[in-house]
Amino acid sequence: MSTARYWLHWLLPPALLALAILALLQSDWLASLGVAPAPFEDLVVERVVLDEQGIALKYRVDSPDPVTIVQVQVDGAYWRFTQQPEGPLSRGEAAWTRIPYMWVAGDAHHLTLVSSTGATFEHTIDVAQATPQPTPAKFGAWTWVGLYVGLFPVALGMLCYPALRRSGRGVIDFVLAVTLGLLAFLLVDTLLEALEQAEQAAGLFQGPLLVLLGATAAFVGLRAISGGGPDGVSLAWRIALGIGLHNLGEGLAIGSAVAAGEIALGTFLVLGFTLHNVTEGIGIAAPLTESQPRLPTWAGLAALAGLPAVAGCWIGAYAFSPQFAALCLALGAGAILQVLMDVGLYLHGRTASVSGLTTQPLLAFGLLAGIGIMYATALLVSG
Amino acid sequence: MKQSSGWLPGFSRRNFLRLGLTGSLGSLFGLSAAHGRVDHGLHTGGMTTVGEVDHRRNGFDPHALLTDWDGGQVSWLPDGRRLREYEIVAEDREIEIAPGLFFPAWTYAGRVPGPTLRATEGDVVRIVFRNQGSHPHTIHFHGIHPARMDGVPGAGEVYPGGQFTYEFEALPFGCHLYHCHSVPLKRHIHKGLYGAFIVDPDPARHPEPAGAARSRLLGTPENARWQEMVMVMNGFDTNFDEENEVYAVNTVAHAYNERPIRIERARPIRVYLINVTEFDPINSFHVHANFFDYYDHGTTLTPTLRTVDTVMQCQAQRGILEMSFADHEPGLYMFHAHQSEFVELGWMGHFGVA
Repeated sequence: MSTARYWLHWLLPPALLALAILALLQSDWLASLGVAPAPFEDLVVERVVLDEQGIALKYRVDSPDPVTIVQVQVDGAYWRFTQQPEGPLSRGEAAWTRIPYMWVAGDAHHLTLVSSTGATFEHTIDVAQATPQPTPAKFGAWTWVGLYVGLFPVALGMLCYPALRRSGRGVIDFVLAVTLGLLAFLLVDTLLEALEQAEQAAGLFQGPLLVLLGATAAFVGLRAISGGGPDGVSLAWRIALGIGLHNLGEGLAIGSAVAAGEIALGTFLVLGFTLHNVTEGIGIAAPLTESQPRLPTWAGLAALAGLPAVAGCWIGAYAFSPQFAALCLALGAGAILQVLMDVGLYLHGRTASVSGLTTQPLLAFGLLAGIGIMYATALLVSG
Repeated sequence: MKQSSGWLPGFSRRNFLRLGLTGSLGSLFGLSAAHGRVDHGLHTGGMTTVGEVDHRRNGFDPHALLTDWDGGQVSWLPDGRRLREYEIVAEDREIEIAPGLFFPAWTYAGRVPGPTLRATEGDVVRIVFRNQGSHPHTIHFHGIHPARMDGVPGAGEVYPGGQFTYEFEALPFGCHLYHCHSVPLKRHIHKGLYGAFIVDPDPARHPEPAGAARSRLLGTPENARWQEMVMVMNGFDTNFDEENEVYAVNTVAHAYNERPIRIERARPIRVYLINVTEFDPINSFHVHANFFDYYDHGTTLTPTLRTVDTVMQCQAQRGILEMSFADHEPGLYMFHAHQSEFVELGWMGHFGVA
């Protein structure tokens, strides 16, 4: 085949496609099928801020047709408002509206946005409370929450390391199996959370597919950089990264839920997350029993796994958007899947040589225990 | 965890102080907002629709509509009775019911409510009705008429492009209405097909109480003293969920709030009040700082309710309100439905008493 023919075969389909598009644009035979839909308007509220100026909300147009918000009702009353930018919003475009409304702390408020055609879009503030402002004090408090639910439990879990090292092979294999169970739990948990966030996002972001894309990208990307077979230290780093991405998502969830007034961040809830995450530290330490990492390594591992929770809290509280959260969580899910495979391979490598009747039920029990512990501690924060 | 929100001491108290100050200064210098638009937030604290309705594009102005009496083409029949001839065309038309908010209405004569037909008891009323809309329509009058003039399917229903002539004697005197009676009824009414039909009493037939009938009869010196206006309480379901997004008198939300109805203090007020609100069982009228006499259906010359400040009406119920601000100081006197929900969705206004 000559070079010309080679290129012709590449260029022919797009050229024909272009012709087909042109023909479609020129003709009006779709109209005869009645394909001239009435204007369809939709929008998604992405963020709500309550402060002493009243209520501010950010929304994004999620329909092919543009939307012009002409009036705003709060609790069934027309209210003064200003929209930035003004005027009609086209598909994907977002705007902030500010309403000088004296909201009532602890009450629910119902917002109705009325478009020029009379279509209405509703949003409910479940429990009104002042949106945390990014003051240094609040920032500090959020940092503490992040450290408490992220870094602190991971570091606590790692403190088991000396005991782990002195344990027999069977115990370590068991702990690795527990880690496997933990990762399996986190994979499903993160994926569900990602899909839940994806559902909140404007339809044009195609949330669930964004999650698939993000998860695959993280999985493939981590695989590419992890190189050869898993050894203990590099495996620990990758577990830490996977858990870190998960904790970023957890921080996002906590920060945004508190900011939206969906949950009250009580002591009990923070403790619940802390307990839930202790197991993660043990999981990171488990593959390290054959090496002797130094303190900086430990610090690095703890920071990688735990600190993203701090960043998650900040972003969740002050700059949350569901599509961003879905993407972060999806990356976490992909990373966890990759680590899950590595830990499985690592465990397989350790136990294949001593495959006996006794070890296998132990591993199975460990796996179940890992999921069971995570499930039980998750009961503290689920609801 | 409940937080006390910061605006309570800062934002609102400061604003209330400022509002209090402008209020008292305003009355000190005898300022009246009746000449122009009310400052947003002066009487509504931010509760208002935003922007302005283009009345010119709508083709009708709620303020002009208050006193836009349509006596028709007048001539005299051989038997000595007065004949009033009207021509009303039904047409589909998009109207702006609140700033920027457009409603695909069905109208009589391009406006909602339709023309205020005003006749005198005993007049012969002849209405040529042409339907240029997209659906069958009728005009069903609340009044006394033969069955074949009832304006219901089978008696005076007009298909698009068609025409029908309703003819009857204007009876009884009172404050009445007309509306489309094609089915589905709810849709045909709430789309905008309704209007006021006022029949003034004939003083010759009602000498007692003295002067009462003449004060009602448009064109007499006794009547000229009165500041008469028609208020049709209506609502609009813009998203087809069988609940109204907008409530108003004479269609445009907050129209008399944006620009109060100017009232001369010395002259009494007579309101022809009609309720055509769809989806809600009742509507009501309440005036601030004053009381009125009420004539249910307007079919009596003595009040059916005396000295009340609130009256309620079911759909198609109507009546005449008479009140006076002669002994009041000038200023803005609010009136509104006393269903708070309707108030906050557009049904409130002010009398600017000067």
